[in-house]
Amino acid sequence: MKDSYTLKSLAVLLENNKISSKELTSEYLKNIENGKELNCYNTISQEKALIDAEKSDKRRKSQNLRSKYDGIPIGIKDLFCTKGVTTTASSKILSNFVPNYESTVTQNCDDAGLISLGKLNCDEFAMGSTNKTSFFGSVKNPWKSVNSDIELVPGGSSGGSAAAVSADLCVASLGTDTGGSIRQPASFTGTVGLKPSYGRVSRWGIVAFASSLDQAGPITKTVEDAAILLDIISGHDEKDSTSSVNPKENYYENLNSDIKGMKIGIPKEFRSDKLPASTQKSWDECANLLKTNGAEIVEISLPHTMSALPTYYIIAPAEASSNLARYDGVRYGLRVKGNDLIDMYEKTRSEGFGDEVKRRILIGTYVLSSGYYDAYYIKAQKIRSLIKSDYVEAFKKVDAILTPSTPSTAFEIANEPSDPVQNYLNDIFTVPVNLAGLPGISIPYANDENNLPIGLQLITNSFEEQKLLNVAKNIEETINYSETPEKWWLK
Amino acid sequence: MVAKMIEGWNLVIGIEIHAQVNSKSKLFSSSPTDFGSKPNSQVSLIDAAMPGMLPVINKFCIEQAVKSGIGLNAKINKKSIFDRKNYFYQDLPQGYQISQYKDPIVGEGFIEIETENGQKKIGVERLHLEQDAGKSLHDQDPNLTFVDLNRSGIALMEIVSKPDMSSPEEAVEYVRKVRSILRYLGTCDGNMEQGSLRADVNVSVNKPGNELGTRCEIKNLNSFKFIHAAIVYEAKRQIKLIEQGESVNQETRLFNTQSGETRSMRSKEDAHDYRYFPDPDLLPLTLDDDWIKGLQDTIPELPDQIKERFINEYSLSSYDANIIVSDKAISEYFEDVVKNRNPKLVTTWVTGELFSILNKKNLIIEDSPITAKQLGELVDNIENGKISNRQAKEVLEEMCESGKGALEIIDEKGLSQISDENEIESLVDNVLNSNPENVKKYKNGKDKLFGFFVGEAMKLSKGKANPKIVNDLIKKKLSQ
Repeated sequence: MKDSYTLKSLAVLLENNKISSKELTSEYLKNIENGKELNCYNTISQEKALIDAEKSDKRRKSQNLRSKYDGIPIGIKDLFCTKGVTTTASSKILSNFVPNYESTVTQNCDDAGLISLGKLNCDEFAMGSTNKTSFFGSVKNPWKSVNSDIELVPGGSSGGSAAAVSADLCVASLGTDTGGSIRQPASFTGTVGLKPSYGRVSRWGIVAFASSLDQAGPITKTVEDAAILLDIISGHDEKDSTSSVNPKENYYENLNSDIKGMKIGIPKEFRSDKLPASTQKSWDECANLLKTNGAEIVEISLPHTMSALPTYYIIAPAEASSNLARYDGVRYGLRVKGNDLIDMYEKTRSEGFGDEVKRRILIGTYVLSSGYYDAYYIKAQKIRSLIKSDYVEAFKKVDAILTPSTPSTAFEIANEPSDPVQNYLNDIFTVPVNLAGLPGISIPYANDENNLPIGLQLITNSFEEQKLLNVAKNIEETINYSETPEKWWLK
Repeated sequence: MVAKMIEGWNLVIGIEIHAQVNSKSKLFSSSPTDFGSKPNSQVSLIDAAMPGMLPVINKFCIEQAVKSGIGLNAKINKKSIFDRKNYFYQDLPQGYQISQYKDPIVGEGFIEIETENGQKKIGVERLHLEQDAGKSLHDQDPNLTFVDLNRSGIALMEIVSKPDMSSPEEAVEYVRKVRSILRYLGTCDGNMEQGSLRADVNVSVNKPGNELGTRCEIKNLNSFKFIHAAIVYEAKRQIKLIEQGESVNQETRLFNTQSGETRSMRSKEDAHDYRYFPDPDLLPLTLDDDWIKGLQDTIPELPDQIKERFINEYSLSSYDANIIVSDKAISEYFEDVVKNRNPKLVTTWVTGELFSILNKKNLIIEDSPITAKQLGELVDNIENGKISNRQAKEVLEEMCESGKGALEIIDEKGLSQISDENEIESLVDNVLNSNPENVKKYKNGKDKLFGFFVGEAMKLSKGKANPKIVNDLIKKKLSQ
C-alpha cells in the first residue's frame, strides 16, 4: 500500500489500468483485517464490496463509468442508513437494525461508482468527542506519542471515519458533524475534515442527532480529495426540507489556491492561555504564511464565542431528546419485554442507550419542559442568533477565519475526565460554526512536540465552500504536511 | 328540553373541531389516505418514523388549510411554524406529533349560525395543521395490542372556536355550519362516522353576573347527536356539583355513547408536558400574497352567499333557503332542478317529498334514487298540467321503486291529465245535457249542485280531466 493513495491518484491508477477496483478493494479489505485492533469498523462489507468492485471493473471495461472515481472504495460512518447493511449509530438500541433504504449521501456515492467497504465506528448517536461512547468500544487513534505505547482517542464522533483514513483502512470516508464531529477527529488524526454549510448536503437517511446542526461531510487525506468528495455528496435534495436550493459549484475543478488580496480574520476570543504552546505556534505561523502568500491578516471579534458551548449544549440535547424518542422498541431495533407499554419503554431505553446518550436526553427533556423552556431553550435560540450575527459582521470584513481546530491534540483513552463538561470543551472551537450554519474545514498543519497532529480550522461564510477549499489548498500546498502514523498495529 | 334544569345558568361552550384534510396523500409523506384499507398498507418510511427520515410538507394540504381559513373569514398567517408535540405512545411512531403551536397557519375568523333568536356570530380562534396518529387495536389478541399506522401522518385541521356558544343547540349548529363550509370548499369530506370530522367540546356553567366557571373538555365526539347529548349531560353534572356546594375540577372527560354520560379521563394535574418546540426538520412556512390571492380566486360560493342568492334569485324564504344550503350536495341538487323551472314548486318537491323519501330510506342526497334530472321531469309534468300533485306523489314513489322516468310511468299508468279544453268541453256538455233538471235547480239558486256537476265530469273522464279547467268550464256554461 502506498501512502500516497488519494481519490485523485487512485482515479488516475484506475484510468490507466494500473490497478483494478477489485484489487484495490481487496487491498483495503486486507488493511482493515490487519487493522482490526484499531476498532474502526462496526461492519465490514467484505462480500458486497468485492461484488461491487467487480461490477465497477466491468463498467470500466465497457466504458460505462459512473464517474472518474468509479471503483474507489471508501468508508461510511455508521450513522448513514445503508440498504441491506446493518446501521447501528454505534448504539445497542439499533445494533440489529438493517435499513431497507439508502441515505441520499451514500446513494450519491453509489451513483458516482464509489464502493462501500463498511460502516465506521463512532460515538453513540454521534454524541461524544472521544469515540468512547460507542456500544462497540473505543476506536484507537493510529497516532501515538513519540516513544509511548499509550493508546489515544481518535476524537469523535466520527472517530472511526478519521482513524480509518489516517491508518489507510480507506482512502476517504464520510462523517457527520453536529458540533465538531468531523473536524475534531480530523485534527486528532492528521486528516482533512470538512463540515459543509448547513443545507449543502442532504440529511435524508442519516440517523438524526440534532437536526438544526447535523451535516455530513468528507474526511480525506487532502484538500483536493475533500473537494472531490464534496462534489459527489452535495446538492439539493427535495426529501430534506432544510436542504439548500443554492446551486452547488464544481469545487474540485474550480479549486484555486491563489489567495492574493484575501482578508483572513483571527478572532481574538479564540485566544487562550490554556492553548498548548505548539498549537498557538502553528496558528501564528499559519497566519504569517497566509500573509506571505498575499493575504491580509485582520484581527476580528466574535463577541459571543464564549456563549457558544452552553448554547450548543442546550439546543443539541433538546433536539436529540425528541429525535431519539422514536427508538421505543415498538417498530424496530432493540425491544426488552416489559409488563406493560411504559415498562417496555423504560426497559428498552434503559438497556438500549448508553450513559452519554441518556445524559443528553435528560438534559434535552429538562430544557424543553414547561417552566424551563423560556429560561433555557428560548434563551439559547436568542444567543444562537447573536452568534450568527457575529459571523455575519465578521464576514463583512474578512473572507475567511483561521482558528485552531481543537484546544489540544489527541489525549489518552484511559484518561476519562470525570466531569462531562471537561469533555464538552473539546468542541469549543468547532461548535460556533455549527450554530451559525457555516462551512468549516480542519487541515493538519504540523505535529506537536509529542509528534501528534495539530489541526487548524478555516471558516467561511455560508455556501462559500469554494473559498474555504481554496484557502485550505493554499496552506496545504505551502506546508506540504506529509506526516503519517507509524503502523504499530501491524507489528 | 334542557331548559328546565339549566334555567338560571349560563352555559359557556367552546369547540375544537378536528377535520381531516381532503387530500390523496399525507401531510408530510406521499402515502395514500384511503379509508378502510388493509392495516399498515398505507405506511411510508416517514410515517413509520424510520431512522433518518424527514418530513416534507405536502403543498396541497397547505392549500386546503388556507382555503378553509378563507371560508372561515379568517386571517391567513403568512408565516407559520410547525412544532413538535412530544409524548410517547405506541401508535405515535416519531414519539412526537408535528403540529402548530404558537404560530398557526390561520388566525382569527368567524362564522354566522342560525339560532332561535336569529343570526349569531361565532368567533374562530385559529386553525392549525397537524398529523394524525396511528390506531391501536386492542381487540385482536388477549395479551397484545396491534398498531395500524395507516392513519399515521394524515393531515388534520384543528379548528378552535372562541367560547361563544351558549346552548347545546348553538354548539351543534356551529359544528354543522363549519362542516358545511368545509364540504363546500372540498377541504374535508365531513364524514363523521368515519372520523373525518370530530369535536372536542369545552363546557362550563356559571350564574349570570358571576365569573366564568371551571371548564371540562369532552373528547372525540363524532356525531351531532353526541355533541348535543354530551353538552346536556355535562352541563347538568356541573350544575349539580355546584348546587351541592362542590366544585368542578378542570379535566378531560370521555362521553359514553351507550349510557349518554361523561366520565373523567384525566385531570389537569395529569396533563402531559408536551415540550413543544419548533420542528428543526421543517423551515417556517411562508406564504406570499399572490399565492394566497390565487387561492382566494378559487373559493367557490359558500352557504351564506348561496342562501342570499337563492332568496334574491328564486324568492325562497329564509327558512327554505337555509335548509337547502345547509349541504353542498343539496344546494347543487336544488340548482340542477330549479333551472328554468318554478322555484316554489321545486322547493316544495325537494324539501318535501324528496326529503321524506330520503329520510324514510335513511339516505343522503348523494345516494338519492331520484336524480335531479328525473325530479325535474316530474316537476315539468306537474307544471304543464299533465298530472296533478296527488298523481305526482304516486309517480315519484313508483320512480323510486322502479328507477323509471316520470313520463314513462305516466304513460304506462295512463295517468296523464286531460287538459285539452275542447275535450273537456264535450265532457262538460255531456254532463249538463244529461241532467237538465239539476241545471234548472242550480240556476234557481241551489249552488251546492256545482260540486255535483264537477264530480260527474271527473267521473266521466276517469279522473284524468284537469280539475281546474273542468271547474272553469262548468262555471262558464252555467252562467250563460
